[in-house]
Amino acid sequence: MKKILLAFGAAAVISALAFGQDTMKKSIIGVAIPSADHGWTGGVVYFANRTKADIEKMYPGTTVIVKTAKDAAEQANQVQDLFTVNKIDTLVILPYESAPLTTPIKNIHDKGVFVTVVDRGLTDESAQDAYVAGDNPGMGTVSAEYMGKKMNGVGNIVVLRGIATVIDNQRVDSFEAVMKSKYPKIKILDKKYANWNRDDGFKVMQDFLTRFKKIDAVWAQDDDIAVGVLKAMDQAKRKDIKFVLGGAGSKEFIKKVMDGDPLITADVTYSPSMIRDAMNLTAKARVTGSKMPVKTIIPSVLVTKANAKDYYFPDSPF
Amino acid sequence: MSQPKITPSTNLTKPKLDLSSYGPFIGLILLCVIGAILNRDFASWGNISNVLTRTSLVGIIAIGATFIIISGGIDLSVGSLIALQAGVMILVLNAVFGTLGASFATILIGIVTALAVGFVAGLLHGFLITKGRIEAFIVTLGTAAIYRAVLTQLAQGGTITFTDPKLSSLFEPLYYGTPLGIPVPILVFLAMALIAGLLLNQTTFGRYVQAIGSNEQVSRYAAINVDAVKIWAFVFQALCVSIATILYVPRLGSASNGTGLGWELEAIAAVIIGGTALKGGSGKIFGTVVGSILLATIGNVLNITSLISEYLNPAVQGVVVIVVAFLQRNRK
Repeated sequence: MKKILLAFGAAAVISALAFGQDTMKKSIIGVAIPSADHGWTGGVVYFANRTKADIEKMYPGTTVIVKTAKDAAEQANQVQDLFTVNKIDTLVILPYESAPLTTPIKNIHDKGVFVTVVDRGLTDESAQDAYVAGDNPGMGTVSAEYMGKKMNGVGNIVVLRGIATVIDNQRVDSFEAVMKSKYPKIKILDKKYANWNRDDGFKVMQDFLTRFKKIDAVWAQDDDIAVGVLKAMDQAKRKDIKFVLGGAGSKEFIKKVMDGDPLITADVTYSPSMIRDAMNLTAKARVTGSKMPVKTIIPSVLVTKANAKDYYFPDSPF
Repeated sequence: MSQPKITPSTNLTKPKLDLSSYGPFIGLILLCVIGAILNRDFASWGNISNVLTRTSLVGIIAIGATFIIISGGIDLSVGSLIALQAGVMILVLNAVFGTLGASFATILIGIVTALAVGFVAGLLHGFLITKGRIEAFIVTLGTAAIYRAVLTQLAQGGTITFTDPKLSSLFEPLYYGTPLGIPVPILVFLAMALIAGLLLNQTTFGRYVQAIGSNEQVSRYAAINVDAVKIWAFVFQALCVSIATILYVPRLGSASNGTGLGWELEAIAAVIIGGTALKGGSGKIFGTVVGSILLATIGNVLNITSLISEYLNPAVQGVVVIVVAFLQRNRK
């Protein structure tokens, strides 16, 4: 397989060198992603469709087919259809779930399709050629570093968790690790699940406010949760909390950071635009025959007033 | 704990003191005692009003669900319906705000929009179930998927929010306002409970609902217009959802795919915990009110203590629900 790819790559490079742009390899790229069932996946769909247009313009002759699925079973069928009906030679997939999709992806990979997996790794890594993902532990680390520094290493915080998943565990574990080793005087009063949504953020924060009379800062981990947190603080008229740190980089919160909101002083990215990076890297590798890195980690970046405008996409749904 | 003082007049025999029917109420009192011991702030007015306010939304929906379940039906679409109504209400308000501004007319349009969507949805459910002769379970399972998908489409997968912050401040009093020191949602919840109690026990409509739930065939022989009663019960349920929407929108000023997710099960659970039989026939609005408060209180007690690991919290809710159901198991 690798040899074939190499040969393909070499042939593409040679022909590109010899005959210029016109003879670049024409590729059919299938993109399989979850449907827009919440804000973040809504962003994934938005960026996938935008990037499809970019790629088709940049590499004439290359076709990009975007498919959205509402569950793992539907996505598995789409993978098969993309191969047999659309005759794709390249697949970029953000798997709905890792385990049930590994076999269908492996099947078409074995038949010669180049596979880039995004965000959620497969259970069998031999079924993928490249992996592009966000940095969940990094998101926890960056958040803890920022909060620790801003609080001068002292104070009480509460943590609102997401949904009990590997993603959430990685974020929270690395957050706590930094706090423990570098900022031991910051006390995590409690942490409770707020399920990455506004209503639960509101409810959990109300109860934190009832329970703790002095909170210095809140790690909401996610911008949607933070919306609920802010409302609960507003309702209880609590002034002890100096700032709230969300995460994921929604346009609403990036805007707040940009405008210098007193409570939302920063945000940490975990951007759905990782699908764009994955598609661009893959298309470039396939069309020009360059080699694609086996593993690309899109780092989580601290967004402050200084760099907020680079992360502001007003027409994205997220 | 205020309660609608309504004595069910359906019992032709003299009412006996039946301890088992107070199961949910006893459960709630026990839970409150435990909560107060674990954290003395539990009994503070601030916390009590938080819990009752958050109960109100699902509670008002559960009041409607009581009618549906007593009539022998079920409505699985209420969680999706509140999401759709909230989304449509916000979009309509965003559209009219430019011309009408922060006026009474704007508030009225918001309220009418929510009620209109509810009315249409209720009629649709009623007609599909009675005239279309499709099981209520299937009809509302289907519409639940449709409503949530339409909302997601309208939101383009994201969140629908008020575009103008002035709209939020215009509507906020509907959720955060406290006339007489009591939050608006609690007052509305109580008013709805009183009205529903009267409707169920003192009107022919209420009697018909109970009759149909006990025995639909006999009700038809008794010349009750079963179809009409069922349709109106579904309209009433959907209008309850509209009222919950009108209170929900001012809270966060947004609607997304996650809005009202799982609320149908919470509402049904509140009804059943409150002593209404899932097979229909009879039930109490007061029980539903207590059931709703009980469900919200469990979550609150768990949040204001850290006795049990955050991973096991849902299991505690499960245990309490089963224990309360056990306490009232002998009701017929």
